[in-house]
Parts: sequence; C-alpha cells; structure tokens
Amino acid sequence: MKTTLAALKKGQKAVITEFNIDAIPLKLLEMGCLPGNMVELIQIAPLGDPIYINVNDSHLAIRRETAVEIDVEMITD
Amino acid sequence: MASHTIKIALIGNPNTGKTSVFNQLTGLNQQVGNYPGITVERKVGNCRLPGNIKGAIIDLPGTYSLNASSIDENVVIELLLNRNDKDFPDVAVVVTDVENLKRNLLLFTQIKDLEIPTILVINMADRMQKKGITLDIPYLEEQLKTKIAVVSSRKGTGIDKIKDLIVDYENLSTEPCLHASTIDPDYFNRLRQAFPSQLLYKLWLVITQDVNFGISEKKELLGTSFTKTRSELKRLQQKETIKRYQFINDVLKVGQTIDTSKANDLRTRLDRVLTHKVFGYVIFFGILMLIFQSIFSWSEIPMDLIDRGFAWLGTYASEHLPQGKLTDLIAEGVIPGIGGIVIFIPQIAFLFLFISVLEESGYMSRVVFLMDKIMKRFGLSGKSVVPLISGTACAIPAIMAARNIENWRERLITILVTPFTTCSARLPVYAIIIALVIPEKAIAGIFNLQGLTLMGLYLLGFGGAILSAYLLNKVLHTRHKSFFVAEMPNYKLPLFKNVALNVVEKTKAFITGAGKIILALSIIIWFLGSHGPGERFDNARQIVAEQSKAGLMTPEQMENKVAAYQLENSYIGIIGKTIEPVIRPLGYDWKIGIAIVSSFAAREVFVGTLATIYNIGSSDESEATIKERMNAEVNPATGKKVFNLATGVSLLLFYAFAMQCISTLAITKKETNSWKWPLIQLFGMSSFAYLVSLIAYQLLR
Repeated sequence: MKTTLAALKKGQKAVITEFNIDAIPLKLLEMGCLPGNMVELIQIAPLGDPIYINVNDSHLAIRRETAVEIDVEMITD
Repeated sequence: MASHTIKIALIGNPNTGKTSVFNQLTGLNQQVGNYPGITVERKVGNCRLPGNIKGAIIDLPGTYSLNASSIDENVVIELLLNRNDKDFPDVAVVVTDVENLKRNLLLFTQIKDLEIPTILVINMADRMQKKGITLDIPYLEEQLKTKIAVVSSRKGTGIDKIKDLIVDYENLSTEPCLHASTIDPDYFNRLRQAFPSQLLYKLWLVITQDVNFGISEKKELLGTSFTKTRSELKRLQQKETIKRYQFINDVLKVGQTIDTSKANDLRTRLDRVLTHKVFGYVIFFGILMLIFQSIFSWSEIPMDLIDRGFAWLGTYASEHLPQGKLTDLIAEGVIPGIGGIVIFIPQIAFLFLFISVLEESGYMSRVVFLMDKIMKRFGLSGKSVVPLISGTACAIPAIMAARNIENWRERLITILVTPFTTCSARLPVYAIIIALVIPEKAIAGIFNLQGLTLMGLYLLGFGGAILSAYLLNKVLHTRHKSFFVAEMPNYKLPLFKNVALNVVEKTKAFITGAGKIILALSIIIWFLGSHGPGERFDNARQIVAEQSKAGLMTPEQMENKVAAYQLENSYIGIIGKTIEPVIRPLGYDWKIGIAIVSSFAAREVFVGTLATIYNIGSSDESEATIKERMNAEVNPATGKKVFNLATGVSLLLFYAFAMQCISTLAITKKETNSWKWPLIQLFGMSSFAYLVSLIAYQLLR
C-alpha cells in the first residue's frame, strides 16, 4: 500500500519509495533516509508531533511536515 | 625519530564517544578556547606517543557529514579543506560507534576522498558482545583502505592501538574508498580540466557549501559555468549519498555480522516510559524540580561562604594595606567585583552538572521530542527547552546552548527571549524587595504570600519569554524553510570523567568570559561612585560637619553621613539625578536610579548599591539592618515611605523584564554576529519593562 511516512502507525514498517527532495533537509538523507531503505515508526510524541523513526539504523525525530513529503510502501506482515 | 609534533584531528558524528576518546588520549592535558571571531569551542590537547613523540590533538565539533549545516560543522570542513591552516592535520582520526557503523562510515568515506591519512576508530567495543556484533577487521581495513583501532573509551581499551597507528601515519593509505565523481562524470571531467591542480572532491565541497568564508577557491568558482542551482546541487548530493551508502552496505555485508536475536531492548523499554504521554511529562517536570532545588538550596551554603569570604577579604585588604587610592580600588572595586563573579560558581557548576548528565545519558533528546510541538507554536524548537531551563542560572551559557538548534530563525528567537527567564542574579533583588513590600502572611493556610510572589515572578519570566517568542514569530520573516531533525541516541550511563571535565570547562569559560566584563564594570562603577567633580565631593566632610552643626552624632553616624553626601555628589550620583525625571513616573527616586544604572554590570549589584546609598556603611552588617534602613527611608516631598507597595511592585516588574545585563548583550552580539539583535533586546525589553512598571505604579499609587 502506498502512503506517506506521516501516515504510519506506531510499530509499522515501510520502505521509502520516493520524496520531494527540495522539502527534505540534506541531513536527513545523510542519516540514511533514502529510497529503498526500510523505516519503522517507533513512537509518536504525546501531542501527535514530532514522530520518532528508525531508518537505516538511525534513530531520529522528525516533524510531520517533513514526514508527509516522504512516500513509502507499507510492509504487511 | 625526528622530534616534530604530529598534528592529529579527531573527527566523528555526535554521540560516538569522540570526546571520551579525546579525554582518554590527552588526560587533563587539554585547553578549551574559541575559534577567532566565532564562539565555537576549540578544544586542543597534547599526548605522548610511543617513541617519545609528541602529538597535538584537536577535537573537532561533532558532524554527520562534510556538508556543513551549522557554524560548528563549518569549522570541520574549513580546516580539512585548507592545507595552509596551521592546524591542518597530519592524520585524521575518525571515531565511530560500533552500533551505528553504517551511518558513521558516511563521514569516513568523505574524509578519505580528501586524501588525508585517516585512521578509523571503532568505539564502544564493550557493547559488541551484548549486541551480537562481530567484525572482520582485516577485511574492513582492506576495503576501507585504512587501519582500524577497536576501542572502548569507557573501559579504556584500545587507546594504545590508536597511538601506535598515529605514530605510523606516514604508512597509511591516502587512496579514496570510492570515486564520488561518477555521479556526474561529464560535470566532474570539466571541473578537473578547469582546475587540474586541485583535488576534485575538495572543489565539489567548495561548490556545494552555503557558507564558506576564508576559502579563496570559492571566489574563482563563483560565476563560472560550474555553479548550479540549489536544487540541482541537492540532487547531486543525494546521488552522492546513495552511492556512498551502496559502498558502505556492500562492505558491511561481508565485514560485519549482527545476531539480531541478541539486540537488547533497553532503549525500547526506556523510551516507552520516558516519552509516555503522561509519565514522560511527569518525569520531565520532576527532573526540572530537582534542578531548581539544587540550584537554589544546595548552592546556598557554598554561596554564603564565598560571600562572607570575599567580604572578609575586602575588610582585611582595607585594614592591612597602606591607605590610598590603590587600596580603595582593591578593597572596594576589585575584590567585590571578583566576588560578584565567583559567587555564581556553585549555581553554574550545578546547572552544568545536570545538563551534561542529561545530555550524556541521551535523555535530553527525549525532552526535545516531548516539547517540540508545544514550543513550535511559539516559533521555538523542542531544542529551545535547554536554553530556557539553563537561563534560570545565567543567560550567558543558556544563549550559548542555543547553538544546536539548526534552524536559524528558531535559534534567533530562542537567543532573543532567553534573557526573560529569571536568572540567579535577579534573586537577591527580588528577595529584598519582597521582604520590604509583601506582607508575610499565609494564604489558604499553607502557602506563604512572599513565596507565592517569588514563584509568580519566575512564571512571569517564562511567560515573558513565551509571549515575546510568539510576537517575534509573527514579526520575523526569514526565507529559510524550517526543518527539524533530532537524533535519538542510545541511552548511556554518563562517564564521571566526561561530566566532571565538562563542568570544569564550562565554569572556567563563564568566569573568564563574563567575568572580565563584570570585573571591568565593577571597577568603573567604583570609580564613578568614589569620585566626583568640584568642591562638593572633595570637601564633603567639611560641608557635612557644618550642616549638622555641633557634635550630636557618633563618629560612626558622621562617617555614614559623609559617605552618603559624597555619593550624592559623585559622578554616579549626578547620573542618578539626571535620570530622575525619567524614572519618577515609575515611583523611583535618584537613589534607586543609581542602583538601576549600576546594576547594568550585574543585577545583584542593586542591593549592594542601595546599601551604600542608604548610608548603611560597612558591608558586614546583617541584611535585617539593610532592610530596616530601606524600610525607614521616607520621601521628603510626600512624607510617605519610599519602598511602599506601589514602588516595590513597580521595581519587581522592572527587574523581571528589563534587559540589564551587559554580559548578556555581549554574548548575543557574539552569537548573532550583529549589533542589531542585542540592541533590539536592550530597547525592546527595557521599554516593555518601563511601560509595565509605569502602569503598575500609577494603578497602585
């Protein structure tokens, strides 16, 4: 199922398919947030934002406004 | 071997234990300073290497890559690109964390492309077994074209191996691991032909960096056909990053095996509690309370001792040194001036102790995660929480702590509003005024009204910060798009050595940095207060004697009268009288005016100045006496008490909001690199304070 990183629920995993490169900080790419890599949503902050993800073994917090720019393919298991 | 010193640069991602490796290599043999012109910390140290060779190590700021996105990171790339820099390393030591090897190697491959001899340090080896990680070191060394030291900076193992490799640096390969130029062969070929003498990867970095002062090639490249749009460059950077990760993944597939069944879930369990929607906040506020508790009650005893120590020293100096101007300067200017700085050491040390423990343990990132949404509404970042909390001790280190906010706009707003938080220097002022004008009675049986007022003032400070952030957020327009990426590092038990060194360094930086300004101002104020133009100052004794006629006074009363008369006619007294028309609508007389002017050096000077002004004389009298004298002060025009409720509240509000600290203005100037922002702070905050105090006084009068 195609969706964006912002739509994942806690514990769900997905593979990054593509993103709007102009809306993503370079730092996020360097942390391994790149097409083809797996991403897991670990935790959502109590107020709904930011989100805590594990991508490419990097544990990061990013804001939803960034997460909606990242397209993912959900992994069903 | 020749006795030359090997220059070593320590490089690595944040949270890799780079500083622990630095501390292990250098011991206490290190100095912290600033890079010229910018306030990025510059840490250097010396170490003894095998064969009696000396090593000079520079600990560069943590960075995720050679694409700088902050001034701290910029320092790294500037040094590595400039072979003429006096610190340019003979050998680069890249520190990585065994659990984050994949990401950490990105920076490593970039540095290899610069063709600098590079050693790879794989740190935190003590966790390998627990995490089920095994490494094929010979394979990794061959593929990464380097020498590897497997190290545990926590246990102190492997440090000798690093030293051996450093001594042997001339035998390290300088061949790149991969060739970044394949991402756009055509473009890079043209670049190579245009600048044949330059390193290709270096040219690429120079082209892609936003800010790059001091690199002359930038000018040559600008305006040539080699410049591309931001978007094009970013696409190429993405290609480069993907290419690097492909290489790293291929190498690690063979060179590293991870038994995932062993991965322990301490992080998961701790995260579940610490970022919980209820417990997360409860724990955070609990920790905040603990910090407040320690700053205000545990540091009371050492602060009291320091206070009394310096008072004694001042008295001792004035009694035992030969009489004269120099002795006066030492006893009344220099000693209290130094005392005014030293007295903050306990609070600042406690604050840095907590902050470095919270940061080292990985907890601070969870606070950032919890608070980001709330702070974002006010134009701040989750990362602004650290400066706002630190501001309760002192705004100076707090403003410096705003550095790790990547977004310039959020960082600027944080810097601008931090001085609103109630710093420790306001406390003595609040204490004495509250004692004078707020009755000591119980509210609802348990709460003390004076205590509630003090708490209210703290809340007012935070409220002022948040409200002005909100307003600045509406007014400030910047072109930069806001972004936020915070690494959530693994939890670690803080190392005593790291925490202790950090506390000592930060405290030292405060004393030498802010201390110099406070000391200089104390001396100026002493001079202005003890010198005056014309006869009235010089012949004070005679004039007072004539005015009071006969000898109805004790010698002590006489001394006090003379001191008060001299003060009134000193330069500072004249300043007070000059500004009196401006401050009268707030309910202040010229004496309070002097105290306000002199408290620009440091707010707590207010109490001391008033003590002198209300001819209380020697500093060893108890606070009760100072309070009594202030309480007895009557306005000759109205016959009312000077320190009544209206004036008191007006003063409290003035101190809550006014920008009265030269040191804070100096640090804002340094951090924003412009006079505009400190001036906005000075006039914005002070006129707001004036307005609020004016309204309060006129309503309560």
